[in-house]
Amino acid sequence: MILARVIGTVVSSQKSAKIEGIKLLLLEKIDPVTMLGKGDYVVSMDSVGAGTGEIVFYVSGSSARMTNVTEGKPSDSAIIAIVDFIEKDGVYTYQKNHN
Amino acid sequence: MILGKIVGTVVSSTKNDSISGARYLLVEKCNQHGTKNGNYLVALDLVGAGNDELVMVSEGSSARETETTINKPLDAVIVGIIDSIEENETIVYKK
Repeated sequence: MILARVIGTVVSSQKSAKIEGIKLLLLEKIDPVTMLGKGDYVVSMDSVGAGTGEIVFYVSGSSARMTNVTEGKPSDSAIIAIVDFIEKDGVYTYQKNHN
Repeated sequence: MILGKIVGTVVSSTKNDSISGARYLLVEKCNQHGTKNGNYLVALDLVGAGNDELVMVSEGSSARETETTINKPLDAVIVGIIDSIEENETIVYKK
């Protein structure tokens, strides 16, 4: 799973009928030590109700079809968790609602 | 499987996997000598790995092939703690 920050939403009105009603979010991958973006982006389907600014991690490939939201859908990226905090070598590099 | 070192923990109270007691660890990828390279991933811990241990991580659909993770939305699982690595008949890593 890869850590990323939700930086926006992606809207598509002309799309596969199977993915109607699924929230698409724009994610930027981050470095979990500096918490800075890496300039690497991915569109991901949301299964946990994430919002802009939150740190999440997502699954790629066939595993992205294993959530209740994306089951049987043509998805290869799904957000599966909103991060509360990240600890590296005993130091918190990120704490939600604490920045 | 890829080699990585445990460098921390990632905690989430809002998640989709419905695995009780699951522990997500922050893993930094590294080479066969245990030298870290600055690339990170989050992996589910199945073996009780601790900080600074060298582990192997199964990625992709293979990560769902364990009893705990079957049919769960996971693409990286820690499947073993490395004791030693031998390369060209020389021990290059020892726990």
